[in-house]
Formats: sequence, C-alpha cells, structure tokens
Amino acid sequence: MWVLDETTRMLLPAPTVVAIAAWDLVATGELFRHLFDSLSREFVAFSWALTAIPLGIAMGWWKSVHEQLDSLVEILRPIPPLAWIPLSILWFGIGDMQNQFIIFLGIFFPILLNTITGVKGVELNLVRAARCLGAGEGAVLRRVVLHAALPQIVTGIRIGLGVGWMALVAAELVGASSGLGFMINDARTLLRTDIVIVGMITIGLVGLVLDLLIRELSHRMLPWSRSLHH
Amino acid sequence: MSEVNIRNVTKIYPGHSPKDAPVLALDDISVNIADKEFCSIIGHSGCGKTTLLNMLAGFEQPTAGNITVHGETVGRPSWSRAMVFQDYALFPWLTVEQNISFGLEMKQIPKEKRQSVIDKQIRLVGLAGFEKRYPHQLSGGMKQRVSIARALSVDPEVLLMDEPFAALDAQNRAIMQQEMGRLLAQADADVRKTMVLVTHSIEEAILLSDRIIVLSSRPGRIKEILMVDLPRPRNEDDPNFIALRHHLRELINEEVGAVE
Repeated sequence: MWVLDETTRMLLPAPTVVAIAAWDLVATGELFRHLFDSLSREFVAFSWALTAIPLGIAMGWWKSVHEQLDSLVEILRPIPPLAWIPLSILWFGIGDMQNQFIIFLGIFFPILLNTITGVKGVELNLVRAARCLGAGEGAVLRRVVLHAALPQIVTGIRIGLGVGWMALVAAELVGASSGLGFMINDARTLLRTDIVIVGMITIGLVGLVLDLLIRELSHRMLPWSRSLHH
Repeated sequence: MSEVNIRNVTKIYPGHSPKDAPVLALDDISVNIADKEFCSIIGHSGCGKTTLLNMLAGFEQPTAGNITVHGETVGRPSWSRAMVFQDYALFPWLTVEQNISFGLEMKQIPKEKRQSVIDKQIRLVGLAGFEKRYPHQLSGGMKQRVSIARALSVDPEVLLMDEPFAALDAQNRAIMQQEMGRLLAQADADVRKTMVLVTHSIEEAILLSDRIIVLSSRPGRIKEILMVDLPRPRNEDDPNFIALRHHLRELINEEVGAVE
C-alpha cells in the first residue's frame, strides 16, 4: 500500500509539488533559458517560413506556377513534420538547425495554403478597379492582391505558429540539448514528473499567448477585415 | 469624330463544358458615342449590356469586331476609361481619402497635387468630413459616392458605370440619380466626361442620358436608339418624360415576352 502510494505520488505529483518545482525553475532562471531557446527557434523558423507568402501569391495568381508546384506541395504537405525528424537529424545533426527545420515545415504549409486560398478569393472587381485606375501587374499584386489576401494570410500564420510550436517541442524531445522539449525529456529520465508538468503547462501557456498576440495584432493592423468576417 | 466607336462587335462565350453549345452574348453591335455624350445601355438582364461595358473597359475582348476610343483600339484596361461598379469595388483596407488617392498614385501625380484633387473630388460628391473613414463604416450611397470620386479623380476620357445605383435602397437611389442629374446639368463642357451607363432602370436612363441604346435579349442586338431631348435637370412629371418612359417600357416588355 505504501509502495503504490509513493508511485502514484511520483507519477502524478500534487499541485503544491508542481508549484514548488515551478518556483525553483523560475528562481534559477532555468525555465526562461529553455523558453528563450525554444522561442528563438520558433522565431527563426517563422522568419524562413514567411517565404511561403510570396510563393503562395505566385501560386494563387499565376495558373502556370500553380500547375508546376501543386502536386509537389500536395505530396509534401500531408507528411507530418515529426516524420521528418529522423532524416533531419542525419542532415543537420542534433541542435538548432535540425529543430528549426522541423518547425519551419510545421509553419510553412499552413501559411502557403492559406495564402493561395486568400489570393484565389480576391474579388475580381477589386482587381478590375485597380486596373482601370492605371495599376499595372506589379501594382495589382502589391497594392491589391497582397492586401486583400492578408486576413487569410494572417489566419495561415496563426495556424502555422501553432503547428510549429507543437512540432518544436517534439523536435526538442529527441534532437536538442536545450529548450522546453529537452527540459521535459531530461526531467523524465530523472523521474522529475513535477518538472515535466511545469514544462507542459509552460508550453500550453506560451502557445495560447502566441495565438492571442497574433489575433490582437491582426485586429489592430487590419481593422477593416473584422467587418468582412462577421 | 466620335469618341467611342463600337464597330461590328460580337461576343461569343464558350460553353461551360465542351459539350455545351457556345453562347452568343452580343451580335454585331455597331454604335458611335460622341465626345461628352451621356449614353445609356438598357435592356433585360442577360442581354449582354455588362459584357459590352466590360469590353469598353478592356476587361474582356470582343470575339469579332473592334472598339476604338479616340481612334485607338481598346486593349488593356486604362485610367482613361475608369469604371464605377455596382458593388462599389472600394479597397476595404484604404480610407475614403486613400481610395481616391489610389489612381492618382498610379498616375504618379506628386503628393502636393494629389491632395488638392482629392479635396476637390470629396467636395464634389459631398463627402467632406468622411475622409478618414473606412468603406465598412459608410452607407451604400456614400460608398458609391467614393467610387464615383475615385473614378473621376484620374480624369478619365470615358466614365463607365455598371448599374451604379442598383444596389442602393429606393430612397438613396433616387437621391443619387437626382444628384447625378444635377451634376450633369451644372457641369461645364470642359469638365464633362463621355459617360456610358449600363442600367435596367428606365427612369434612370431618361433622367441622365442624351441617348439611350435599347438592347434585345439573347443574343444582344441593338433594338433601338432613342435621343432624349429634354432640358436638364429633368423632371419625372414632364409629359415628354412620361411618353418616353411609356415607349421604353413597351420596348423592354416586348423583350421579356420574347424570352419567356
């Protein structure tokens, strides 16, 4: 009876134990160090994944580009980022590059697909209006198509950051020596379930904050788009 | 020389699928529109009137025949043939001012000069005080005013209007038609544009036009061209107005009967 009790306590620590572990992790700065590493990986990968926007605009706008690339995208897209982990470890070794690559894959496709959808959904009359006001092809793309597709692109960014964040933690579980994913996995080997749970809660909270941040930002930057969605 | 010259224009649309028959939308349309003339194209829905307007703008190309403006064949869309759309087609991410500024920027007009044009257009359409609003903060009538101001700001040779007041409620429509009529009555010869209005409203056509082109339905052919020789601003109670309305209604009703 005593053994079972002790095991249970270890597998699912009491909230107070978790709180104490959290306090320790915060006080020593360890939590922030891991969080910072994770976030900077997410950010670097996100910067790379923004290339999906010009590519998506090209694919959404020019039929010929879409025909060339669509089948490739459709084959790559359903492969979960996690399935790339073994190959990416061989390519990049263990560390930032490999992690960033996995996150990049998670962010890239949602942005790409949403950009394509956004561009295809641009109202024909907006494009026509721009043209008969003297806009050439470049101005139509920059001043009309990009703007009109922006709410959809932002949706892609929101989804992408979420998927990327999930992929990040998974990538760090196996291929990193820092970051929240690493912290969780490291604590597991030491049977420190309290730290594992603190890590999990942190991941959840940060994911939520990221999403709220993007939403707030898009409301502020695209005040006109709210009226389109309601 | 006439400004807009439409010569033997035919438009055929391919069927939706290969086994569908092609659709003859417009059949051998020839008409000249004079400089600074206000010309309406009226007809039952599906008569190809919007197709004709789209070809004037350069959005679509005729299957046969050609359209010239000032002797030049219409190719790509250009600011010299600005369009006012039924759904306004305002850029929702730009304010009223920025929407009107768009064409001026495309024409690379310097910033100092842009502002004076914008101010003038905003005053002309009665939108002073609304410069910083976004389209979604405006009523339908105000949106269409912005759209008209935007089209006029680039100083086009021809102003094309595709059912510009059709999406408005009856009251606003009447106000806009009256105001347009008033503007036309006041406009000096040098600021007046050649205008082509597509509409299905008989009253609107009589109220505004110098000439009305009645199109038949499926295929679209010119059924009749009527001169509207009434003094401006026009009054709907004028016996001549009433007689013309009666005549037009009969012409259009014949078409409805022919289709059904």
